[in-house]
Amino acid sequence: MSELSDLYQEVILDHNKSPRNYRKCENCNHDAEGYNPLCGDHIFIYIDLEDDKIKDISFQGSGCAISKSSASLMTTILKGKTKKEAEELFSKFHEVVTSKIGSEQDLSNLGKLAVFSGVRDYPARVKCASLAWHTMLNALKDEKNLSSTE
Amino acid sequence: MNKENTQTVLELSENPLRNFDVEKIRQDFPILQRMIKGKPLVYLDNAATTQKPLSVIDTIKDYYTMLNANVHRGVHFLSEQATLAYEESRLKIKEFINAVSACEIVFVRGATEAINLVASSYGRKNIKEGDEIIISAMEHHANIVPWQMLCEEKKAKLRVIPMTDDAELMLDEYEKLLNEKTKLVAVVQISNSLGTINPVREIIVKAHQRNIPVLVDGAQAVSHIKVDVQDLDCDFYVFSGHKLFGPTGIGILYGKAELLQEMPPYQTGGDMIRMVTFEKTIFNDIPNKFEAGTPNIAGAIGLGAAIDYLKYLNMNQVAKHELDLLEYSTLRLSEIEQVKIIGNAKNKASLISFVLENIHPHDIGTILDSEGIAIRTGHHCTQPVMQRFCIPATARASFAFYNTKEEIDKLVSGIYKVIRVFG
Repeated sequence: MSELSDLYQEVILDHNKSPRNYRKCENCNHDAEGYNPLCGDHIFIYIDLEDDKIKDISFQGSGCAISKSSASLMTTILKGKTKKEAEELFSKFHEVVTSKIGSEQDLSNLGKLAVFSGVRDYPARVKCASLAWHTMLNALKDEKNLSSTE
Repeated sequence: MNKENTQTVLELSENPLRNFDVEKIRQDFPILQRMIKGKPLVYLDNAATTQKPLSVIDTIKDYYTMLNANVHRGVHFLSEQATLAYEESRLKIKEFINAVSACEIVFVRGATEAINLVASSYGRKNIKEGDEIIISAMEHHANIVPWQMLCEEKKAKLRVIPMTDDAELMLDEYEKLLNEKTKLVAVVQISNSLGTINPVREIIVKAHQRNIPVLVDGAQAVSHIKVDVQDLDCDFYVFSGHKLFGPTGIGILYGKAELLQEMPPYQTGGDMIRMVTFEKTIFNDIPNKFEAGTPNIAGAIGLGAAIDYLKYLNMNQVAKHELDLLEYSTLRLSEIEQVKIIGNAKNKASLISFVLENIHPHDIGTILDSEGIAIRTGHHCTQPVMQRFCIPATARASFAFYNTKEEIDKLVSGIYKVIRVFG
């Protein structure tokens, strides 16, 4: 049985308490809004993309510890990455939080994001963890539609 | 009245549970013996759905084991027996809410379908351009969206009775909303996200002074307070079986016979007709006119068993126990500095919605779940209520008569654990 501490790992609690890059990015040229109607998580992602590289990325919004820390960690990891690298990390992250309970998880190259591996044991919380990522992808695609994990 | 009193006394003297014993009652509910994540289940999500006593579970099993046949059709033994059981259940429900006649009881899927039925049948026939429908600020989405769609279709207007910061409806504002354009009032009796018990009787009296019919959403009320549709004089009353210790997928639309008779069918097909030719169809009488197709027979019979179970309890003592639970949980939660209770109406059902400073309700729910405690977190299908109180969501503990003070103590310890984790 999974332990609560697998979900709420120290890193997650820390990012929830003091979220990084929690601001509106002044020179952003890409942004998107994400909303999870199930729990009311609401997020805005701002990206400054220069020559296909994420020069700056930040977020604002309100949500649970999982969604907030996921957004915060995501911004620290994606800064400096190319658009393609960001998309690859999205797929990897998505795989980790949605993989079948009990199956092997490939946590290599995930770095700090590996702390979200416990989320898959809490199916109701997968959407919380992935909201920021879906919104980030939409921002990169310049989709102005509201992102939703529904 | 006298007859009723005699009956109560008789029931009490025959009732082995007349001295309300919560531990005995808990044994009637098999799921309450379950362990969740290694801990005894503490089920505090009764406003979402209630647990089922063994008698309801057995009734459904017996129906499929011994009685299964289609109703109102066959001349064979089983079909007759199934029809009898199905119609007997309708009678039990008629008595339970004190309707004048069993033909006023329509079996539907739940409160949501009942409201949709009225909106689509009564509403489409009677609401015209420029008319107004009044609802309240604390409605469940099920009592907002059907009216909103009807208003859009008919170019009518939806008006909303506002509420105070304590989550009480502002009746003086309601009176101001009533006018010659008002064609219907639809209001919730007990709010599912705030616990407020609304003065529906007063609301109905005011509407009836202008001959405006009133629909009451009783989804949360039926399990907590005695409902008497004649005393209320409501025109429609809706509720779901699964919130009344019965099965899911079955619910009730009560409507005054004269209103139901004038209403066009909601769905068409088998069982709701008297005669069909390719030129014309003559519809069946009420309530069958509104029960097209094979109904949820097992569900209807199961709901009858739930009502039998409730008769077996002394509802006055149930009400007292629930009030104790509400008072105790309000007291204990108020002691926690970080807790803010949402919904402080003077007249309140045994339900407590709260938020914790800087901690999202979803995180509260997950931590409590790890202690075996089931609560609901989110907007409870009442997003306008959340907007009214400027919060994204609440955590809600909702009680039934089988809950105990010890369970509230566990909830309180659980909340302290939440604060420790996120502190």
